[in-house]
Amino acid sequence: MTLFLQQLMNGIGNGVIYASVALALVLIYRTTGILNFAQGEMALFATYCTWKLSDEGVGIVAAIAISMVFAFVTGAVVERVLIRPVERASPFVILIVTIGMFLAVNSLAVTIFGDDEKQLPSAFADGGWSVGDVSITYEFVGLVLVLVAECVLLFLLLQRTKLGLGLRAVASNAESARLVGISSGTMLMFGWAIAAALGALGGAMYVPTTPALTAGSMQAVLVYALAGATLGGFDSPVGAVAGGLVVGVGEAMAIQYIEPLHDIELVVPFALIGIVLLFKPTGLFGRNVVERV
Amino acid sequence: MARSTMFFTRLGISVVVLAGLLYVPQYFGTTETQLWSQAIYYSLAAIGLNLLTGYNGQVSIGHGAFFGLGAYTTAILMENNGWQFLPTLPVVIVIALAAGAAFGFPALRLKGLYLALITLGIAALFPDLVNRFASKYGTAGTSLIQPPAVVAPSWADSFTDFDDQYRYYMALFIGVVMLVLAANLVRGRFGRALVAVRDHESAASILGIDVARVKVSAFAISSAYAAVAGSVSVLIEGSANAGKVEVFRQSILFLAAIVIGGVATVIGPVVGAFVVVFGQDFAEDLIDDKPELAPATFGILLILLMYVLPDGIIGGARRLLRRLTDRSAAEPAPTPRTT
Repeated sequence: MTLFLQQLMNGIGNGVIYASVALALVLIYRTTGILNFAQGEMALFATYCTWKLSDEGVGIVAAIAISMVFAFVTGAVVERVLIRPVERASPFVILIVTIGMFLAVNSLAVTIFGDDEKQLPSAFADGGWSVGDVSITYEFVGLVLVLVAECVLLFLLLQRTKLGLGLRAVASNAESARLVGISSGTMLMFGWAIAAALGALGGAMYVPTTPALTAGSMQAVLVYALAGATLGGFDSPVGAVAGGLVVGVGEAMAIQYIEPLHDIELVVPFALIGIVLLFKPTGLFGRNVVERV
Repeated sequence: MARSTMFFTRLGISVVVLAGLLYVPQYFGTTETQLWSQAIYYSLAAIGLNLLTGYNGQVSIGHGAFFGLGAYTTAILMENNGWQFLPTLPVVIVIALAAGAAFGFPALRLKGLYLALITLGIAALFPDLVNRFASKYGTAGTSLIQPPAVVAPSWADSFTDFDDQYRYYMALFIGVVMLVLAANLVRGRFGRALVAVRDHESAASILGIDVARVKVSAFAISSAYAAVAGSVSVLIEGSANAGKVEVFRQSILFLAAIVIGGVATVIGPVVGAFVVVFGQDFAEDLIDDKPELAPATFGILLILLMYVLPDGIIGGARRLLRRLTDRSAAEPAPTPRTT
């Protein structure tokens, strides 16, 4: 039982990170209809910036905040400069542009910061509490709190502010939104900016739980986050969080309890997705899109 | 242009291009020939992916896995069972058809983005599976398998001096056969069914097309193409390997190839594959002292290409041709619809 609870904690800890990256993916998808393959790499770049700042002696929390601001600006610039010109092109073209960004950002990060392994300090204190035989680390509690805060703030932003209303209007019908005076371009820039900032936060949360920061750090997370987002339904922020958590817990349980799946625990999220999508092709929380013949 | 002139123009261009390709290994050295051979097997995979993604509208970012499946089947049969290269191909095709169909069935329920993500999962999962199950055949317990190199037989002495020239010709032969097969496939009844299903599933099924069968077949056939490409890669590179990065990279490069060349055109994927292979080589040469910047250069080239030619090189060429031949019909070519 202790082992089970401990694995559950590990699973939730990872799941929280997958959920926050999935949240960023869903945010961009919701506002722009684009799946951003470079999301993970943009987060990687921001995480390298966090590392650089903390290496220069800036406190880790301040470093994360500065990187998030930097990522926010970069995200907006990327949308305006790289994505806007192909906004109306076929989905394939946009896909290739984000793939081009994926390759470019990764190699720029390696060029600028070097390809050696780096240690990023955690934003949370070491240690934790013991409940029975299960240890609850401060990091675990911190990760959960950060995700909850993220969700609450996003919810408030999207549902309770005029800006959020604009974002949702553009997502649901860009043409009509423009007719009522919402600048769809600004909204899209804003959507990308928030997603990039969330990515920066997610990277700074995730990397300290891994052995080191390397050029490939975010790629596995991207796969798990995509799995989580798909599981939850790609247009639903609630689904992204639920999906990310399910994937994280499923992975942790598979590692612990299913011996033949050792080293291939990646099977678990995709088996889960396969099963869910067979019965509900839009994911757990996705909306059905009705098409007129 | 009249239909017959069009046909003879095409035939003429094909003959000239083929003659050029036959002359390649005589003119270039080992390094360049290797690059041309790579372009051929990338073309093969792209032709297959184009059948699925271009003509049938099912986006796959996982064909690197089927490519790897072919590579490992060939490599293990050659290394472990002492087979020659060519006899492994029918086995590879059968296995890949079965694997492709097996993924095609669940894919029936999924559309667009969701399908793309699941296929990405195949690409992410494949290296783990290989490490788990194929490493017992590999060098020192790794998943790297290096079967004996294919050498030129004595009957080939008249036109090859080196083994790599023979291997290039073999790859070219396989490539041309598979290209002609694909071209015939898309021009026939099956090809029309593929496009009908892509453009409107409900309408296609009302016309009497068995939508499920068409979609699963498209998946199976495109997997077979990717797998044969993998086999040819073993012929050319002399090894099968499946790192996480490679499988993912290959998957997206195949997709990039068809978009660069022109989605849902017969020759587009081939053009795109050559651009991808030589573009990367060009990017590496461009900045000699910083090899880690090559992907950045290549990525930026990709983005710029998309700005200039959103409908691919073949699409752009067609627009140009139409402008030159008929001034009134200078509309942009219709882009394939994806949902």
